[in-house]
Amino acid sequence: MCGIVGLFLKDKSLEPQLGSMLSEMLISLSDRGPDSAGIAIYGAPSGNEAKITVQSAKPEHDFRNLDAELAKAIGAPVSISVKSTHAVVRTAPAKIDEARETIQMLRPDIRIMGAGEVVEIYKEVGLPETVVDRFNVRSMTGTHGIGHTRMATESAVTTMGAHPFSTGADQCLVHNGSLSNHNNVRRELIREGIKFETENDTEVAAAYLSSQMAHGKNLGEALEGTLSDLDGFFTFVVGTKNGFGVVRDPIACKPAVMAETDQYVAFGSEYRALTKLPGIDNARVWEPEPATVYFWER
Amino acid sequence: MPAINVSKAHDQRHASRVFDLAKLPLRELNQALHNLTAGSNETAWEVLNPKGSHSVAVGVDQPITIDVRGSVGYYCGGMNDGSAITVHGSAGPGVGENMMSGSITVKGDASQYAGATGRGGLLVIEGNASSRCGISMKGIDIVVHGNIGHMSAFMAQSGNLVVLGDAGDALGDSIYEARLFVRGKVGSLGADCIAKEMRPEHLELLQGLLDRAGVTDVKATEFTRYGSARTLYNFNIDNADAY
Repeated sequence: MCGIVGLFLKDKSLEPQLGSMLSEMLISLSDRGPDSAGIAIYGAPSGNEAKITVQSAKPEHDFRNLDAELAKAIGAPVSISVKSTHAVVRTAPAKIDEARETIQMLRPDIRIMGAGEVVEIYKEVGLPETVVDRFNVRSMTGTHGIGHTRMATESAVTTMGAHPFSTGADQCLVHNGSLSNHNNVRRELIREGIKFETENDTEVAAAYLSSQMAHGKNLGEALEGTLSDLDGFFTFVVGTKNGFGVVRDPIACKPAVMAETDQYVAFGSEYRALTKLPGIDNARVWEPEPATVYFWER
Repeated sequence: MPAINVSKAHDQRHASRVFDLAKLPLRELNQALHNLTAGSNETAWEVLNPKGSHSVAVGVDQPITIDVRGSVGYYCGGMNDGSAITVHGSAGPGVGENMMSGSITVKGDASQYAGATGRGGLLVIEGNASSRCGISMKGIDIVVHGNIGHMSAFMAQSGNLVVLGDAGDALGDSIYEARLFVRGKVGSLGADCIAKEMRPEHLELLQGLLDRAGVTDVKATEFTRYGSARTLYNFNIDNADAY
């Protein structure tokens, strides 16, 4: 099963509610997957800093003094805000790659959830409500976001096996389904120099899209490529810095419902996820067609 | 015919029983429906605030009417045996799955595998139905005012599927003896499904289905009939290499 949600706001006045809206959507799908849950929130760009979301099984140990040690090592100001097992490390955009590598040297047990100018990613083992409360997601402001509640099939129930998967700056993906050619595609992407954190099939889909976009394709073109290059069952919901996309495989047995109003575009595995959204009774509600790419960019 | 029971159920002598799913759990609704016995006075039911709930009014076996005010999730009206259910909204996957008799009308759209494995009764989708509509149908009649998606009527065994709009790819793949009537375009036909001649008995059958589904502005002559070429019924030794 698995449950996935996505919300792309058009109306700026809803941005302070993004975290609470997306949280409610995800919680409503809890019985589609009790193993783990995760959310990626795209906040407002600040222009002068980039963010790395990191996770640790021993946060008290790993996050202590990390800001000072990292600032000294990379020679730039660093700030850190800790939320339970996760922390968001902020530094200058030009230093982001160096900071990422340095964090892993300074604290080998830390796992990188994702990085970029605007995205923050929180994911853990547990039910959506537990995960959302743990990271105070309801209070988060943003322009768009995606979420996932997992019933594991292809890899272990761990924090790193939870979705969303992020493999490029401000890019992330959630997936309902299972891929059958992920080992082949992973080998090809490794030859391109892409590093993988897990054995998970969805991470391969995320990396595939990152690779396509790194080669100059836009989000829509990259999603189009999944239809010929990825084999298996999938409904993907994808976020980029300024975009939001959806694609289903040609068989389309994994469920999907979308809704659009003047205020937002929303995605849910089921209609249940959309029922609390403002104006849903008058929204255009439809089932995305198989093998058809939908995307919005601002 | 179920139609007789349906008209009896529309008898308005008894006030309708209203069940608000915002206030009471789904299990209580379904238990109350299952507790009904033949001759019960509670013949008209109204369900409020379904909000995408799964399994609304499954397994009802009395000739009552049920009006569901809003959209439902998976399996609404599954195994229905004699009731007349109207969904005043859209339906999630598997609406009317394995229906035995009675009727289900969906005012909006239906998601995948509407009417799957249905053995009897009438399922009317006033909007579009998505993929696998009528998959493995075994006697149900399905009338879709709009379009249907791919792989519809896959392995359909008996019953009738009427589509006023278009059908997606692989219509009627590996079909047995169900009859498919499509007014619009067909994306492609599945294995062993072919267009067939529309004889007087088919026109009469189709007109009866259109009448029962309340379709008045469309003529039976506008449809093409599809069914089985019956070439897959028996093992053919010449095909052994393909297995």
